[in-house]
Amino acid sequence: MQAFINPFALKKSGVLGMNSRNIEFISPYNDRKLFPLVDNKLQTKLLAQEYGINTPTLLFVVHYQHDVYKLKEKLQNISSFVIKPACGSGGKGILVIKSKKDDGFVKASGSVVSLEEVIRHVTNILAGLYSLSGDQDSAIVETLIEADSFFDAYSYQGVPDIRIIVFQGYPVMAMLRLSTQESDGKANLHQGAVGVGLDIQSGKAIHAVMNGRKVLTHPDTKEHLKSIAIKNWREKLLLACSCYDMSKLGYLGVDIVLDKAKGAMLLELNARPGLSIQVANSKGLLPRLREIQRVATKKRSVEERVDFVINSSFFSMNKS
Amino acid sequence: MISKKILLLLVSFLIALALFIAFMRHEETGIPFVSSEKKSVWMIEARVDFQALENTPVTISLSLPSDTPEYKIYFEQSVSAGYGFNVSQQDALRRGTWSIRQAKGRQTLYYKIQVVQDSASQEGFFKEPLSIEAKDEILWNKSESIAAKQILADAYAKSSDDISFTRELIKILTQIDENKEGSLLFAKRKYIEVLNKLLDDAGVVHKISLALELQDARRNQSLTPVIEVLDKGEWVLFDPKNALHEKSKSFFLWTRGGKSLIDVVGGINARVSFSMIKENMPALELAQAHFEEGGFGLFSIHRLPIEEQSFFKMLLLLPIGALVTVFMRLLIGIKTSGTFMPVLIAMAFLQTSLFLGMVNFVVLVAIGLILRSLLSSLNLLLVARIATIIVIVIFIIIFMTLIGYELGFNTGMSVAFFPIIILAWTIERMSILWEEQGAREVVIQGIGSLLVASFAYMAMVNGYVVHLFFNFPELHLIVIALIILMGRYTGYRLLELYRFREFKSI
Repeated sequence: MQAFINPFALKKSGVLGMNSRNIEFISPYNDRKLFPLVDNKLQTKLLAQEYGINTPTLLFVVHYQHDVYKLKEKLQNISSFVIKPACGSGGKGILVIKSKKDDGFVKASGSVVSLEEVIRHVTNILAGLYSLSGDQDSAIVETLIEADSFFDAYSYQGVPDIRIIVFQGYPVMAMLRLSTQESDGKANLHQGAVGVGLDIQSGKAIHAVMNGRKVLTHPDTKEHLKSIAIKNWREKLLLACSCYDMSKLGYLGVDIVLDKAKGAMLLELNARPGLSIQVANSKGLLPRLREIQRVATKKRSVEERVDFVINSSFFSMNKS
Repeated sequence: MISKKILLLLVSFLIALALFIAFMRHEETGIPFVSSEKKSVWMIEARVDFQALENTPVTISLSLPSDTPEYKIYFEQSVSAGYGFNVSQQDALRRGTWSIRQAKGRQTLYYKIQVVQDSASQEGFFKEPLSIEAKDEILWNKSESIAAKQILADAYAKSSDDISFTRELIKILTQIDENKEGSLLFAKRKYIEVLNKLLDDAGVVHKISLALELQDARRNQSLTPVIEVLDKGEWVLFDPKNALHEKSKSFFLWTRGGKSLIDVVGGINARVSFSMIKENMPALELAQAHFEEGGFGLFSIHRLPIEEQSFFKMLLLLPIGALVTVFMRLLIGIKTSGTFMPVLIAMAFLQTSLFLGMVNFVVLVAIGLILRSLLSSLNLLLVARIATIIVIVIFIIIFMTLIGYELGFNTGMSVAFFPIIILAWTIERMSILWEEQGAREVVIQGIGSLLVASFAYMAMVNGYVVHLFFNFPELHLIVIALIILMGRYTGYRLLELYRFREFKSI
């Protein structure tokens, strides 16, 4: 097989490129002044609570350097938690603690870190090490998500999440991201996680890739990926699309996690969602975006928009 | 958002405007579009700085150069507001005198010449008699005297006349660090003084003259001493640091026969510095271009002092680097660390050379990354960490300079041109990248940055590019037009054709 694809063939398959995404979709549909809402996870969280959208419970926030010494006291009665930078990107700077052991904290990978190391991590977050602009940041501490047991067979360590691209409030493409040993428990495709393309109408797996190559089974659990079907798919789409009304961003990436007890929760929003979802689906975004541009002329409620896509003959024909 | 049509209109307007102005400039000033003729023209500028004393008339006398067998002075000009200027000639020596009744504070005078390489002129230049001035005698002590005699005897044994004697003497003196007895001669004296004294001892008729080493786009240079030796009624020029008596073409004789370079009455702290710039174009047209009054002449970079000109020669290349970066990122899709860091690296390469620059950069970043990983256990706040890395980078640069010097490479010096703070940030970012995403991503971005920097460098050293963008600055409008055009390109990037290659199978 050739190393490059002919640009005309790629155009024909409707793949959205980075330049086109930036100029034709992000720039006109995402107002610059709305970016801070999604770039700051704390703001997203507070806004979500206002709109009644389920998110992982916020335990507390560390704003200032002199507060880090109160961590010991604050973490005393909490056995599992997640620390993340408010303005981090691409999963940078997220520390996941599963449980406590003696004086230390057990990370998702099983290794043990001391309280000093946790404090140092928070200090780094506050100094802006992980923030997009390098400015001062805050550290969010929230409850650990217990992945739905359905995923146990499909994931190595980390919690799987569902990425849904929402365009002008309509769901257009979705994928499930499963962590692997190679990705070190992280759900980032470029770090070696498995991306499973989901049918936008039914939530059933249609295609899967790892490191840009098609795969049929999970590399660690050897489970067949084609058998994946997300339960209550419409409910997930409703959650994703209501984020449009909340954030007002026209071209939006919504990350959803499924908790054992609390069900679907909004993890974070992304105003510049990546393009690899197309590889996971083996489908181009462009025809679907054009279709939404064509039909999104009148105002519809969240339910109407989700049902429109689920019942759309265009979307059922655009399946593989 | 401006529609594509208006955008295209704007772009074509910019291009048309640039071409129009360039063409008009070409017509009016006669600067050629292509630097075809390989004749080098040097623009040399002497800058005299001094502090004027209050309520005292000021007279500044500067030694001026004459035509030499290799170089012909084409044009001469003094720029100095309010001063009277006059050139006098005594024997073969010319002096320029500035005078003013009253001046206050820091004063700056300029003297500009245009020098063309021309071997045909001034046949008898080196035949002219030169009066020899009395010099400050150096006295050898006993042990020095023995060492001096030994050196002279060595040189004498290996030579047949004054010329070969001088050549052998310079050869011995430049290798003196191996010759232990000789090194004591240099204990308290300058190299040139020792050479002068030894030639005196040997009874060789010689002079010390001051010459300017010609190097393109240099600022703040000073004159270097050269030795002239009389042989069969003709003066022969020697580079005191280089034994070959082959009259090195890169030296331009400024003042001969030990006359002072500058005399100041009514001022203190006088200092002379030289700037120069090399251009390849017909001298006549150049003269027109540089000294034209009004019209395009008035709006020309050539009107500026040469010191600023050589600075602009570098600055005007920056947009080319930016253009290459935009192309590589938006059309090719190469990942770099820091958007415009590659341009700054390319600027550093201009001072060194591509290969040496790359080796320096890779070694610098590699050592920096190792030291940074040691630093992480100190648990510092970000700003303090970056500041520490800046200091470390400077240490590495000093270290590399010393190593390079000891090994006899001239690599080290060039490292100093790298933008230190940008380098510190690069090291910090790459170190984070390493922790977060592994070594692979660091290598990808590192190679990407170097690749973009190399392409930018290649565009920036191209002779045609340098000539066009320096002499026709309006062409930068075309650069803007191209950047705008690329900024609205919505097609695929080359590397996306690789990323989405699997789509073909469908």
